[in-house]
Amino acid sequence: MFRSPFVRRGRFGRSSWTEMEQLQREMNRLFSSAFGESRVQTPVRYPAMNVWTSEESVVVTAELPGVKPEDVDISVVNDTLTVSGSRQPDELQEGERYHRRERNFGRFSRTFQLPFQVDSDQVEAILEKGVLHVSLPRAESDKPRKIAIQHA
Amino acid sequence: MAAENKELQVQDAEKQEITNMGDAERTRARKAYIPRADIYETDDNIVVVADMPGIDENSVDIMLEKNVLTINGYVDPVIPEAYNLAFAEYEEGDYQRSFTLSNQIDQDNIEATVKSGVLRLCLPKAGPAKARRISVKSA
Repeated sequence: MFRSPFVRRGRFGRSSWTEMEQLQREMNRLFSSAFGESRVQTPVRYPAMNVWTSEESVVVTAELPGVKPEDVDISVVNDTLTVSGSRQPDELQEGERYHRRERNFGRFSRTFQLPFQVDSDQVEAILEKGVLHVSLPRAESDKPRKIAIQHA
Repeated sequence: MAAENKELQVQDAEKQEITNMGDAERTRARKAYIPRADIYETDDNIVVVADMPGIDENSVDIMLEKNVLTINGYVDPVIPEAYNLAFAEYEEGDYQRSFTLSNQIDQDNIEATVKSGVLRLCLPKAGPAKARRISVKSA
């Protein structure tokens, strides 16, 4: 099934660069099929977010365990949503020491372009059980309108 | 503290799914994740702090059997009605993790609290283990 990419295909064959690219694609495909495709892409930014859409509004959720509501800033400008904030580390007292540290701390910021303009006055955000839930209704002016055709 | 201004590190931000449960298989058709945990020691306690977004005090089980402390968190995925998932970076699921405790923990007085998706376990240290002297008999 695999053709060796290193076999020369004649003088006017594909360049070795193309061959390398093909090899890379094949390897990616092989790995992704071997380990099972997931609908989740590897997050490159924190926090990981899910975006839910309907005709009328968008819901954005993110897992922010241990983040206080006052430490989160949400801003909406036209169709751009920015969620930023910081996660505060536990302050250890004198003489206390860590055995294990796996949790991340620091500032974070993420910006999303939404599929439509939202009514920024109607945006609601809840931070409950460490899960942020932002609901962004579509702006009235942006909703599709049915145009009645008049008789001549 | 300087760490507050540090950009949050994201190299390993992805939730770690439990793929190998040993002999026991899961009975819930839902993914399970290993919660990230910090463990620190104070004068009187060992404190375990675990990130488990989506749980509250009613959806977490803590079991102690022999020396193994097992944390189970059950999350019911929140699916907004009449919405389509347009873009997904994380999945919701249960949490499970076990820790082996040393004998120096006072196992009857373990306290647990949950606040904004973070579980905090306080494991009090038992009194100083009694030193036993082993006498050496002459042969």
